[in-house]
Amino acid sequence: MNSTTTPDVQTYETERVREFTKLILEVEGIFVSFGGVKALQDVSFSIFESEIFSIIGPNGAGKTSMLNVISGFYKASAGTISFQGNDRTHASPEQVARMGFARTFQNIALFKGMSTLDNIMTGRIVKVKSNFLKEAFYFPALAQEVEQREYVERIIDFLEIQSIRKTPVGKLPYGLQKRVELGRALAMDPKILLLDEPMAGMNLEEKEDMARFVLDVNDEFGTTVVLIEHDMGVVMDISDHVVVLDHGERIAYGVPDDVRNNKDVIRAYLGEH
Amino acid sequence: MDLVDFLFFVEVLVGGLLSGIMYSLVALGLVLIFKASSIFNFAQGALVLFGALTFVLLTEVAGDFWMWTGWLAIGLAGASAVLYFLYAAQQKGESNIKEFADKYLKRVPLFIAAVVLLVLAFFVDGGQNMWRAVFVTMLLFLMLTTAVQSPKWAIGVLLGLAVVALITDGAVTYRAFAVTLVVVIGLAMAIERVVLRPMVNQEPIILFMATIGLNYVIEGVAQGVWDADVHALDIGIPDVPFELYGVYFSQFDLFAGLIAAVLVTALAIFFQKTRVGRALRAVADDHQAALSVGIPLKNIWAVVWAAAGIVALVAGLMWGSKLGVQFSISLLAFKALPVIIIGGFTSIPGAIVGGLIVGATEKLFEVFVGLPFFGGGTENWTPYMLGMFFLMFRPQGLFGEKIIERV
Repeated sequence: MNSTTTPDVQTYETERVREFTKLILEVEGIFVSFGGVKALQDVSFSIFESEIFSIIGPNGAGKTSMLNVISGFYKASAGTISFQGNDRTHASPEQVARMGFARTFQNIALFKGMSTLDNIMTGRIVKVKSNFLKEAFYFPALAQEVEQREYVERIIDFLEIQSIRKTPVGKLPYGLQKRVELGRALAMDPKILLLDEPMAGMNLEEKEDMARFVLDVNDEFGTTVVLIEHDMGVVMDISDHVVVLDHGERIAYGVPDDVRNNKDVIRAYLGEH
Repeated sequence: MDLVDFLFFVEVLVGGLLSGIMYSLVALGLVLIFKASSIFNFAQGALVLFGALTFVLLTEVAGDFWMWTGWLAIGLAGASAVLYFLYAAQQKGESNIKEFADKYLKRVPLFIAAVVLLVLAFFVDGGQNMWRAVFVTMLLFLMLTTAVQSPKWAIGVLLGLAVVALITDGAVTYRAFAVTLVVVIGLAMAIERVVLRPMVNQEPIILFMATIGLNYVIEGVAQGVWDADVHALDIGIPDVPFELYGVYFSQFDLFAGLIAAVLVTALAIFFQKTRVGRALRAVADDHQAALSVGIPLKNIWAVVWAAAGIVALVAGLMWGSKLGVQFSISLLAFKALPVIIIGGFTSIPGAIVGGLIVGATEKLFEVFVGLPFFGGGTENWTPYMLGMFFLMFRPQGLFGEKIIERV
């Protein structure tokens, strides 16, 4: 058996080459502009169920704008987005969240005054079937609270943040805040997880931790992950498909190996040659 | 200090605390709205006056009015129900039908309501006061506009109104209270929906100015429709003192304080301990993040405004029956401002404690300092002085978040 053992790196890569058949999100001809600035111009791509999909590009390429369009925070001036075959172009952020999209923010948008546990519990709000009458009587609501709490505790275990459960998140260091934000998104039990630069500003160890969590979520729950990254390094290793944006336009789209060798991509990252 | 002096002190203190709970209640309404949307609602006082005036009006109107209202409500509920089921049926249909339904069908009950309500205005009130009739019917309409976003609630409320109007014939006070409650909550929610929601994302100062304008509109319209006279309001609690261990308590103050305390506790528990409470805190902390986890901002706003409406009505009734329903009770509500300065703008416990402090201070100061040295009348300004001291030495209030800017 010894002779057939392949090096570690290769097994890792062959594992990542996977077959996908079912589309979950189709983005078609999206235009977004702010005043005269064209943030996105005719961007299209499709995302398969259970894959890790990355949107990359240099600064100001329109990556975050794209994510904001997907999560409903920006309205596209033209183009369509369909989720599981249904058009949802005009959905509001709240509706998008209820469809099963969870997102994190580039600059971390946590509830700073609340504890880690409470922050992650807010992710369960969409999952609770309750109304104001039930809330008013408190006790039926209490039973559900216990159930939600168990779910959240599992996420806390998974992300290895037990020690900071009661800490107000405003006091946590940057890397941990990012992790809590991921926890809140996971608590929504999303079909699609949208991560806006989850590894930005982290040291190597934290980056590896984060990459591991993303891979684990994807493997264990089959969650589709849409990743935005400025840095090509980590992303290329873990993505199934990649779209590259530059100045609001799509310059490359495909599997990581093709994209890596694309001339336009190299030019965008390294400047004109 | 001998025993008599001490008992007198206790008497004044208790009186102050009891009136303070009412300030807490009104302040709670302000804090909830401020937390959820960073709006300082200047119109709270107008809502208080409006609640009291509406109640007085409804205890004075003739039986004909109730008959008409009852049948109208049944008719509206029926029409809404039919249209709602039609709408629900069409929702399952093809997409172009759905679009049509979205666009027009949802609004049809409103058009019907508008027309019927205006027709009703010519019949109710025996033609005594045309404007009064128009006013009340417009209010019902406004309430419906808000409720129509969830037709099930609208139908429920209308049927409830019909039952109240037609069946509870003898119980004038309860009937008027039930209807006023609906009208005031409806008005508060309509204010949020019609005036403030279109201005969302504007600067806080702009929203504040809007509520100032609103304050004068509500006050002006309310007084134009009725009159500037003092109306007597009797909720059936006698204002006679009773003695306990040598201390005299006002029975009415005790009753009012008790009602306010129950409401304050209920609201505090509701907004601190339930899922809605967590959502409210999340919204207060970060709007974007709240949206991203699917918290319906609009529902939260509607709920806090409804709470503000309830609070305003209760305060209006209590103050109105003590002082008579008159313009000045809307000024009384402004004492909630020093209350939240003392307690902290975003703190629910702060509103409670602040109210008690203001109530106790103004009464004690009036009796022991104001009367002997200033000739009385200090109650009107002591709360504001106290608020000013807090602004100088502890601007975030007792329970507020300390404002620290990192450089």
